[in-house]
Amino acid sequence: MEQDVARIIAELTAKEKEVADLKAKLEKLQKDSHTTASLHPMEDISSALDHLRKKASLNNDEIMRYSRQLLLPEFGVKGQVNLLKTSVLIVGCGGLGCPVAQYLASAGIGRLGLLDYDTVELSNLHRQVLHGENRIGWPKAFSAAESLKRLNSTVECIPYHMQLTPENALQLIQQYDIVADCSDNVPTRYLVNDACVLSGKPLVSASALRLEGQLTVYNYKGGPCYRCLYAKPPPPETVTSCSDGGVLGVVPGIMGCFQALEILKIASGKDSSYHQQMLLFDALEGRFRTIRLRPKQNGCVVCGEEPTVKSLVNYEQFCGSTATDKCRRLCLLTSDKRITIQEYKQILDDKIPHLLLDVRPLVEFNICCLSSSINIPLSNLEQCKPEDIALLKEKMREYKRNLQSPVQVYVVCKNGNDSQKAVCALQKMSGSELDSLEAKDIQGGLMAWAEKIDTKFPQY
Amino acid sequence: MKMAAPISIHLEFGGGAELLFDGVKTHHVTLPSQSEPWDVKQLLEWIKANLLKERPELFIQGTTVRPGILVLINDADWELMGELDYKLQDQDNIVFISTLHGG
Repeated sequence: MEQDVARIIAELTAKEKEVADLKAKLEKLQKDSHTTASLHPMEDISSALDHLRKKASLNNDEIMRYSRQLLLPEFGVKGQVNLLKTSVLIVGCGGLGCPVAQYLASAGIGRLGLLDYDTVELSNLHRQVLHGENRIGWPKAFSAAESLKRLNSTVECIPYHMQLTPENALQLIQQYDIVADCSDNVPTRYLVNDACVLSGKPLVSASALRLEGQLTVYNYKGGPCYRCLYAKPPPPETVTSCSDGGVLGVVPGIMGCFQALEILKIASGKDSSYHQQMLLFDALEGRFRTIRLRPKQNGCVVCGEEPTVKSLVNYEQFCGSTATDKCRRLCLLTSDKRITIQEYKQILDDKIPHLLLDVRPLVEFNICCLSSSINIPLSNLEQCKPEDIALLKEKMREYKRNLQSPVQVYVVCKNGNDSQKAVCALQKMSGSELDSLEAKDIQGGLMAWAEKIDTKFPQY
Repeated sequence: MKMAAPISIHLEFGGGAELLFDGVKTHHVTLPSQSEPWDVKQLLEWIKANLLKERPELFIQGTTVRPGILVLINDADWELMGELDYKLQDQDNIVFISTLHGG
């Protein structure tokens, strides 16, 4: 009896391992096939998509599936039939794009174009709800299409694993009825806007950061386009991305749901409520505010009476930033004022005396830090906050008890941008507010430390 | 010369613009009496002199707000209200919203 049990347990364990191995193999194959199939060739864009079926009635499956929305007098069979013949291009399959695609597919939109150049990362999953743990490394466009297929196999999903560019944007957008801007950077927002104006498509646009969201419909029924509101791009240093500023996942979730709602209204034949209106959402206060916007501007360079932008331009140049939300690399200091992460490791190993100043915001310092570091956030340093200056002075005094000046300060931050600004600030204070010191920044910051020196150090 | 009485207005900063004001979103302020009625242009100068904590160039460029900040006067785009020339009324609500780009 006991022998039988042991034998069966052993057999089960072996079988379970076999199943796990097979699953892993399958997953790898699926992932590889998606990655190799990745680049959607240009021909696919240029060859026009088939017309969506035009039909006046619904079949029994459709009636059952969509029954709860068919019961709404505001929507009804007519709304559903309209929806089934509408195509929507979703630019960006991230925090906004996922809920937009999810609700449009569930509601029975005819066709969804899913565009994203990026691949799924672990730090995306808290807000990009169509992607799962088993999708890490997949192109987001394919991951989204795969999830949507399970949700509603009758919706045609076309993934585009590519960047939207001035070269492909018109060709792509012309093939869709409505465009959803779910992108995460300024150049893409101007590009999508211009392409929608030039092809006469309504642009349902939302954005989210930290605990706030904004939504409006551009280029729609006499309302403004993006350029009518923002003729000049913001200075790049004033733009914060989700990877820098953070975002609570549910905030883009809420804004994406609003986008889906407005698209459903337009697609089913109703008007959007946000024509010449903008919705502002403050999640912390739990408050929505709707504001009246200016109408389409006669002097607008793209949608005005005498447009000067008649074809798509170079938007990265126009905005002075790249069309991604990835971190920019600053280069403020000469190489003699910088050390590599390997050099810093050597300094630690050789026990060379120094102060390590971490200039990240406290909230980031609380996530992780190097044990010997002192935290003075960059903004406090730049403002010469008295308590922080006092702390630094105190540490410098301790240092000089044993050693001669100048004090050697190494400055670290997350990626090696703010640390350079901090070195500039310290140089100005050296010999005046502070005793003379020698400051250098650590290139690549703590993320380089995590990547190259201590792989157990958290990345965020 | 007749002086205009002091006026109380509500200022709000959002979309990240509040970070230039110590993270405080709502400010109730009283603008002192002066010979002419206050307009938005003068309000911007007043904000720069009295409220801005750091890096004024991230809020004001020249005589107007920097690109990427939307100004609302009583829940309407300031373009509908006369922009810098709008004459402030007692209890007006002026909002400065930094445009978000994340997604």
